[in-house]
Amino acid sequence: MRTEDGPDDLVIGGHVFRSRFILGSGKFSLEKMREVIENAGVEMATMALRRANVGGAENILDYVPSGITLLPNTSGARTAEEAVRIARLARELNCGDFVKIEVIHDSRYLLPDNYETIRATEILAREGFVVLPYMYPDLNAARAMRDAGAAAIMPLGAPIGSNRGLLTRDFIQILVDEIDLPIIVDAGIGRPSQACEAMEMGVAAIMANTAIATAVDVGLMARAFRLAIESGRAAYRAGLGRRLEGRAEASSPLTGFLQG
Amino acid sequence: MRAKTDHMRYGRHMEVIESDIMGRVLEAMGRYDAHRYDAADVERALGRSVLTIEDFGALLSPAAQAFLEPMAARARHETQRMFGNAVSMFTPLYISNFCENMCVYCGFNCRNAIRRARLDMEAIEAELKAIAATGLQDILLLTGESRSKSGVAYIGDAVRLAARYFNLVGVEIYPLNTDEYAHLHACGADYVCVYQETYDTDRYEEVHPRGSKRIYPYRFDAQERALKGGMRGVAFGALLGLADFRKDAFATGLHAHLVQKKYPHAEISFSPPRLRPYINNADENPRDVHEPQLLQVMLAYRLFMPFAGLTISTRERAGFRDHVIGLCATKISAGVRVDIGGHTGEEQGDGQFEISDSRSVAEVHAMILKRGLQPVYTDYVRV
Repeated sequence: MRTEDGPDDLVIGGHVFRSRFILGSGKFSLEKMREVIENAGVEMATMALRRANVGGAENILDYVPSGITLLPNTSGARTAEEAVRIARLARELNCGDFVKIEVIHDSRYLLPDNYETIRATEILAREGFVVLPYMYPDLNAARAMRDAGAAAIMPLGAPIGSNRGLLTRDFIQILVDEIDLPIIVDAGIGRPSQACEAMEMGVAAIMANTAIATAVDVGLMARAFRLAIESGRAAYRAGLGRRLEGRAEASSPLTGFLQG
Repeated sequence: MRAKTDHMRYGRHMEVIESDIMGRVLEAMGRYDAHRYDAADVERALGRSVLTIEDFGALLSPAAQAFLEPMAARARHETQRMFGNAVSMFTPLYISNFCENMCVYCGFNCRNAIRRARLDMEAIEAELKAIAATGLQDILLLTGESRSKSGVAYIGDAVRLAARYFNLVGVEIYPLNTDEYAHLHACGADYVCVYQETYDTDRYEEVHPRGSKRIYPYRFDAQERALKGGMRGVAFGALLGLADFRKDAFATGLHAHLVQKKYPHAEISFSPPRLRPYINNADENPRDVHEPQLLQVMLAYRLFMPFAGLTISTRERAGFRDHVIGLCATKISAGVRVDIGGHTGEEQGDGQFEISDSRSVAEVHAMILKRGLQPVYTDYVRV
């Protein structure tokens, strides 16, 4: 996206993206993928390695158009070691150097394990991966992931698939304010308005899957998300975000009465 | 005459684990009275975002039968939320039908004069190749319950072979000790199905007059031992209709719930097999499980545990199966042969039951797409 103020690219691990919308793919009908990618204007899509049916039917890799950066995820990993092994498998399948780390060992809530994720980040960053850890928004964990070599941080907005929006809003804001890496909200975004709100807060990008995959018209919903994300980003750049937070500057100085 | 074995006492070589789950399930099932719930209880359950065990009980009650439509609407929402459009496909492979049990409801009963067979590794490989050619990546190996005819070493060898051709290998066999599950896991299996048949201990005893399956608690703890042995997934189920199906479904859900609480990483799934009621029976039995009752149970499982897998077998007719995927079921069998050696056209032994849906993998695939859903061949990576 370009505005009057100049380029506004998203840079992750040295790679430049114009779109700030990352598409999750696990819940889609694959035949809809191309339509969604085009309508959403996305340049990056996640892919669970566990869904790659190389050489077989309904292989997700056959449905992602060329030119789209693949973000393989380590879904299915319960420990750092398992995540590392899945990431290496993805690299062997020529899925590129990007990897989204997911370490989950709770089948009920599907909440990420920050400790294991930090360990996996460290190992994979050392091996040259562009590492995007999916995490529960905790500042200390985010700092540890940054120090371990993460290229971006992906906090959850709400539990996966819940479509409940930014339940962790205040904690994500802390990450935006404190971590000098792109913060990408990864789960829970159920409506374009929630994506817009996150972007207004200064989040660098949005990942969404369920909200689009389960819409009646997935193509139209993809477009709605694109517009909402662009709109929220423009609002953030315009400075609206800060005013919404009650940090507005008054038109005449409140401390103008001071002398000396 | 020899005295019958106490069905609640572990036999020799049966591992006893530290667990209070069976006691808790039996206690809660004893208290569960499906008839004390009314419409208000069902509505309250449907209004809650996370269901309690009490809510689950309400959804299984006769009062909830009038609420199938709103239950279905909520179930579809939950299924979409957790699984999106994905519907996994798999097939069972029967490698042996020798059995040492006398389960009165089962075609494999050792007193039944059926053709018995045990495939050797060469025949198993031929079957595996034939199935793999259909594109499937998820296979469930099944045997009758005979440690002497289909021992753990034999099953382990079959698993090793299957893992060469398939991404995901599960087993539906007799209950094992933890170290035996660990062996099968090392061979390449990663999920285990053990169905309790009925959680009612008296009825259990009645329908399992002989054989090691008679021992109730050893079967009950099988999922825990499988998880301790390193398996990723465990499946639960009762053969609905064998006893009071509402109590059995309640106990099944509670069993799965408590196992998941104790082993949070465990991937939980349900199967809802049923005994078909006699058609044209004028005296309809309230315990009969017709399609509406079967669906009620499936919807209740989905609402109680939205994250759990739910498999629909070929025992049900195509029209039922086609409508429950996307609604509550997440996994469907395809290209099923229940006879031994049936995939290569060299049938050696008889099947356990008759199937109602004989469609091929390609036909089931096309049906899933037609319903606006996504056929999934693999959703697993072994690590």
